[in-house]
Amino acid sequence: MSKRIDVSDLDVYYGDFLAVEGVTMTIEARSITALIGPSGCGKSTFLRTLNRMHEVIPGARVEGKAVMDGVDLYGKHVDPVEVRRQIGMVFQRPNPFPTMSIADNVLAGVKLNNRRLPRSEQEEIVERALTGANLWNEVKDRLNRPGSSLSGGQQQRLCIARAIAVRPQVLLMDEPCSALDPISTLAIEDLMNELKDDYTIVIVTHNMQQAARVSDRTGFFNIAGTGKPGRLIEIDDTSVMFSSPSQKATEDYISGRFG
Amino acid sequence: MTAVSVPPKPVRRRRRLPAYAPWAVLAGALGVGALLSLLSGTFTFTGALLFGALVHVVAITTLSAVVEGRRWATDRLATTLVTAAFVLAAIPLVSLVVLVLRFGMERFSWTFLNDDMVGIFGASVEGGVFHAIIGTLWVTGLCSLVAIPLGILTAVYLVEYARPGPLKRAITVLVDVMTGIPSIVAGLFAATLFMVVVGPQYKAGVMGAVALALLMTPVVVRSVEEMLRLVPNELREAAYALGVPKWLTVVKVVLRTAIAGITTGVMIAIARVIGETAPLLLTVGIVANVNWNAFDGRIATLPVYVFRQYAQGGASVDRAWAGALTLILIVMLLNLVARLVSRYFSPKGAR
Repeated sequence: MSKRIDVSDLDVYYGDFLAVEGVTMTIEARSITALIGPSGCGKSTFLRTLNRMHEVIPGARVEGKAVMDGVDLYGKHVDPVEVRRQIGMVFQRPNPFPTMSIADNVLAGVKLNNRRLPRSEQEEIVERALTGANLWNEVKDRLNRPGSSLSGGQQQRLCIARAIAVRPQVLLMDEPCSALDPISTLAIEDLMNELKDDYTIVIVTHNMQQAARVSDRTGFFNIAGTGKPGRLIEIDDTSVMFSSPSQKATEDYISGRFG
Repeated sequence: MTAVSVPPKPVRRRRRLPAYAPWAVLAGALGVGALLSLLSGTFTFTGALLFGALVHVVAITTLSAVVEGRRWATDRLATTLVTAAFVLAAIPLVSLVVLVLRFGMERFSWTFLNDDMVGIFGASVEGGVFHAIIGTLWVTGLCSLVAIPLGILTAVYLVEYARPGPLKRAITVLVDVMTGIPSIVAGLFAATLFMVVVGPQYKAGVMGAVALALLMTPVVVRSVEEMLRLVPNELREAAYALGVPKWLTVVKVVLRTAIAGITTGVMIAIARVIGETAPLLLTVGIVANVNWNAFDGRIATLPVYVFRQYAQGGASVDRAWAGALTLILIVMLLNLVARLVSRYFSPKGAR
């Protein structure tokens, strides 16, 4: 239940502004790929192009190829809604639906799409997704409480449960721990390690220790200056990237000499 | 780098006025106000209040400045002025309710609600408002049937679908302009429209509904637009990321999240048009009997009923007040329903 994505020569625009230029990388299946780099270098923008969330912003567009399963995600007859059903996303700030209960939040992917499932199947999905997100034991007695009644870390895990409830092929995570305390962060990192057996995970993070801890491969983005497009400097196995990167800029960034 | 050392000041303790001080000052000030009013000629209640309020502002500020210091004196002054503004704003509201209740209760009764005006002349004390209630419900109902969906859909288009450009700007400007249309113009428009399309003899409740819809739609658009903009973008993105198509996101996430605010906005819009008199005078007129058909013949409505009864004078004035009370009660009832709806649907709070 996971697939690799081959990205080649991807340019990302906001209107006429070229935000990210010429990204070519392979995102391996059943592994965690971390994207690091200084603020504003286009990591999040690039991540959002992978499930076509980028084009939600008016004027935003993408050129180039991102091939999953032999199909170019930006091909002519590809429906972005279909892409997003295959490639789920977890955002920086937890965003459970405030009008829904915990259980309904997990089932949001089903219910919002007007699909009807028998009750037993619904309960099964809720339990599977919440167990998968390491939240089941904490909330199993209050599934009917509003999703916003949970703490920040629990809300974020609820959002992960919501994303994996629809069984996507790939899970994109945009700085999922930046608003969380170390304990919740640890819980989510453990979770990512479990999830990578089944899912392809791409995570954007500002925390280099986190990238080193959880990821199998790391990509480093950088930007030459304000107004210039961000670029992928290099991507390699995490152990290589953190011990002997081939580029000077990567070494400087990782060792904290800039950024 | 030169180190400038400033010895830290100890936190000073301030003497504060006791909690009852403002009230004591107010009482004293009112006394002085009464005295001033008496000295300035004849004693009047209004004069005493006015002088008293002025004396109070000066006295509490001065007292606070002496005892508590300048910062607290400013605070007292601001508090007093804000409170005074609130009381001033509440006076018309309270006196309106009191007045309508006092005069309206003279004739308001169950029979009044269930009677029409057939065979009632000048000085007779019978007669009721039933036909006008039916008419108002017809006209406002028909008007809402057009204005609410139209308004909500326009707002959804503006917030969710319209790209920045001439079309969006044009709609926004038109909505703004329409908000400012005098109601009599809407009435003239509806009257002319039906005169041209159906014929000069045609009178019906639906004409009034068209005129009111013209007034109501921009109000609905405006308030719903504001509510939709309040829905955080993150919720839309969360839905998109789950593979939910845009129209379902709008229906099930955006509208669902904003439903409480939308209900309130729609209620305000209804309350705005339910009391409109001028366009209804022009279009639907007034009759004495119940007209169940909004598409044929004149129909009575509460505002026009009140206007007519008041204009007739004599015993009819009591009926006018009772009619006004009925109108207020209907609006209150609608508001109550809206409150319940929005409480039921509003996002469940934390814990």
